[in-house]
Amino acid sequence: MKFGVVRFPGSCDEVDALGAAALAGEAVILWHAERDLHGVDAVVVPGGFSYGDYLRAGAIARFAPVMEEVAEFARGGGLVLGICNGFQVLCEAGLLPGALLPNLSLRFICRQVLLDVVEHDTPFTCAWEPGRTLSIPVKHTTGRFYAPAPELARLKAGGQVILRYASGTNPNGSLEDIAGVCNEERNVFGLMPHPEHAVDPLTGSTDGLLIFESLRAHVDERAYV
Amino acid sequence: MSTSAPTSETPRHRQLGLTDYEYELIVERLGRDPGVVELAMLSLMWSEHCAYKHSRKLLKRLPTAGPKVLLGPGENAGAVDVGGGLAVAFKVESHNHPSAVEPFQGAATGVGGILRDIFAVGARPIAVLDSLRFGEPEASQRSRYLLERAVAGIGHYGNSIGVPTVGGEVYFEGSYEQNCLVNAMCLGLAPRERLIRSAAAGPGNLVVLLGALTGRDGIGGASVLASAELGEGDEAKRPSVQIGDPFTQKKLLECCLELLDRGLLVALQDLGAAGLTSSVSEMASKGAVGVDLDVACVPLREQGMEPFEIMVSESQERMLCVIEPTQLEAVLQVCERWETLATAIGEVTSAERVRVLDGGEVMADLPVHVLVDDCPLYDLAPEPPSAREAGAGPGPGTETLSVGVDRVPSGTRAEPRCREEGDDAKTLLALLGSPNICSRRPLFEQYDWIVQSRTVRRPEQADAAVLALPDGSGIAVSIDGNGRRVFADPRRGAAEAVYECAANLACVGAEPLGATNCLNFGNPEKGRVAWQLIEAVEGIAQACEALAIPIVGGNVSLYNEAPAGPIFPTPVIGIVGQVPDVSRPGRLGFAREGDLIALVGPFEPSLAASEASKLRGDSPHGPLPDADERRIRDAQEKIRCGVRSRALISCHDIGEGGIAVALAECCMAGGMGASIELSAELDLFAEAPGRGFVVSGSAESLRQWEEGKPSARCTIIGGVGGSSLDISGRLTVSVDELDRAWSKGLAQFF
Repeated sequence: MKFGVVRFPGSCDEVDALGAAALAGEAVILWHAERDLHGVDAVVVPGGFSYGDYLRAGAIARFAPVMEEVAEFARGGGLVLGICNGFQVLCEAGLLPGALLPNLSLRFICRQVLLDVVEHDTPFTCAWEPGRTLSIPVKHTTGRFYAPAPELARLKAGGQVILRYASGTNPNGSLEDIAGVCNEERNVFGLMPHPEHAVDPLTGSTDGLLIFESLRAHVDERAYV
Repeated sequence: MSTSAPTSETPRHRQLGLTDYEYELIVERLGRDPGVVELAMLSLMWSEHCAYKHSRKLLKRLPTAGPKVLLGPGENAGAVDVGGGLAVAFKVESHNHPSAVEPFQGAATGVGGILRDIFAVGARPIAVLDSLRFGEPEASQRSRYLLERAVAGIGHYGNSIGVPTVGGEVYFEGSYEQNCLVNAMCLGLAPRERLIRSAAAGPGNLVVLLGALTGRDGIGGASVLASAELGEGDEAKRPSVQIGDPFTQKKLLECCLELLDRGLLVALQDLGAAGLTSSVSEMASKGAVGVDLDVACVPLREQGMEPFEIMVSESQERMLCVIEPTQLEAVLQVCERWETLATAIGEVTSAERVRVLDGGEVMADLPVHVLVDDCPLYDLAPEPPSAREAGAGPGPGTETLSVGVDRVPSGTRAEPRCREEGDDAKTLLALLGSPNICSRRPLFEQYDWIVQSRTVRRPEQADAAVLALPDGSGIAVSIDGNGRRVFADPRRGAAEAVYECAANLACVGAEPLGATNCLNFGNPEKGRVAWQLIEAVEGIAQACEALAIPIVGGNVSLYNEAPAGPIFPTPVIGIVGQVPDVSRPGRLGFAREGDLIALVGPFEPSLAASEASKLRGDSPHGPLPDADERRIRDAQEKIRCGVRSRALISCHDIGEGGIAVALAECCMAGGMGASIELSAELDLFAEAPGRGFVVSGSAESLRQWEEGKPSARCTIIGGVGGSSLDISGRLTVSVDELDRAWSKGLAQFF
């Protein structure tokens, strides 16, 4: 299992994501200006402020050379995980539905949140036990998930809503407490919480590790078939 | 120093902040009148901000030597050895006046500036802390505005650049109404051998400017803003405040660290106050060399900038390095990869002069020593308060001593909230909800404390932040100061800041390695301020000597005055300590039903200058309680041992609000109650920072720990359990109710 973690100028959590992925497999950095994905099994688009995010979160990064390859990889069924800024980038790139708007508070918010896993039948969540609540931190200014009503209905009907903030803990005003969604083909997943910051009991919880372990389990299984 | 607006008839040197005497001295040293560019450069280098002309003599009193010190004062930041081949560099710096004029950008660039100081010595920034002071938030709309925007600015810069903000402190007092304080501290981590100094060396080597374009922003910041009192019309000074661009700095940071890793740099220096002028002069001075610099080579943000503007611009996100000419190509390649502009703008010479050229024309030619060393150092003329003023007790005699409180315009002072004596529960709830004690969550939730995956203890989990290092050890850091107490009794109050900060470290099992300080004071040319400054430095020196903590760097911020008067004298101390086993950090919350609770340390508190006295509407006055240095040292050592051995399950130092507030904080952090019996003589709200601790643990482990060395006073005062804090015969309040009062204090303003 080989993870590739994209590094844009302005990425902040790429080293943390690299460390978390390395707990579940091999992990390498993918440089924004290069098109080579180094034969990875899954791409992680990490958190941070790519290109400063002065325009609109994720709006510039989608044009990076590496993102053209990531889009191609995704269209071919490759596994792509977008965390926080990565989620924003994937939405901007049209690889994920919906959009992320400024938090209702209009402030940056850093907080440990509780998450309900809605869908277990994805490569990203298959290691999670049904009904489990996860403790994972969020930290963002632009994390309020939004999709127009018809699209939202499609997402729900298609089982594309993967994670919700536990009832009463929605930190940013996301529509229907949505914290993470996947595409129709279920190979691209974006979430605002930071699983890479929940992989060590010393610095918080270990609940985030399950995403990386799910991906490994999925890829290992695929290899056997 | 005059604060009246300069007119066109005012001589140029006075407009730039130099006195007639200083100007005459410059003419004498040069043997001629300085040119336009030269005068601009000298006015900055001879400003208080750069030359420390009112504080340099005094700072010699501070202890700076210690077995773990790798870099001391004089470098961009100090550094200590943390073992495992690693060094931690750290420093605190003020950005007060820019923040008072434009709080968002002022605070943001304050963080940006201290980050550059850290990577200028070759360390990767791993944590930021901030120490903030504002006017009373309830009474003053301006203070709420400054608070909200300064916090947003700190978050904007730190969050965007990927450095966690792991701790800090904030206090609200009327004396900061006009002149808020924004001090930022940064820690960085480096392999010992990567630490780099800023001394230029090797005549013929190239001087290369890295990072952002140079613009007209921040012109005269060091002299216009930092070295004069605030006054009317400060909004007109907004152009003197720099604008931060954390994205450019993030690239610059990664670029500089890669250049260092590849061994491509001879020296590195950040561009901060006084821009190129200060950086070039300091690098030349430290290396005993000269520099020829061509302003025509400096990449500009706007057309038609004058040479003097280029030399004094405080545009952010720039660094200066010295490289060997053969490495230029390699340096440019690394910079291109990080999309960081790099331009050779000068050359090291052996002449010990700074020459500024504009193409072929010499615009300035100054001996390095005139720029850096010849600024006159002034003796302070202290005026201690008279015996009558110092004689304690509020009354007519304290009027002059209370300047800064009493001159604050009415309507911006905190109204006394709880005048009735005797209702301890009511007093406790009022204290918990007061701005100086209540929960800081609305602030620290705006900061990323997580990024870089090192933060083992964040705010409200323990008294100090704890960061993990790769080898399983850790470092702890805290920042402390209390202007109210220093105002009441400068020497003891400043010493208390050191005790308090070291006590916070003890509570997570950390041994202090080194300290940094920021001295925020009023106008030192005034006798009373001069006296406060001298006394406070003496207090810090004595306390640091007693606890064997060297001061490895810091910053002085003077002229913190508005027309209403000076701020409370506010020395701020940041201490970095070592935790041998980071898997055993302390916590402040009670954790197990049935544990015993003990009061530890030479805790002989008083109500002088306490939060309880503020609540009752008293102005702060001394004397503060005496400190027995040996017993403080022993108590802190005992606490440290108890946390490290896990004999202590929780540990919290007794700070503002006395033992009642400390117990309430332990209950709230742990989500469980406690039953307490205290001696009738002990005032629930009396304070003696750094000297008393509330600890909990099992009966057996507490007994064994108490018998061990070193000895310290230790009294069992109760046990953990239930859902209320019950102090026998004094008060009973449910933890929920404590939490409600404490949580809404600042939250109501956000």
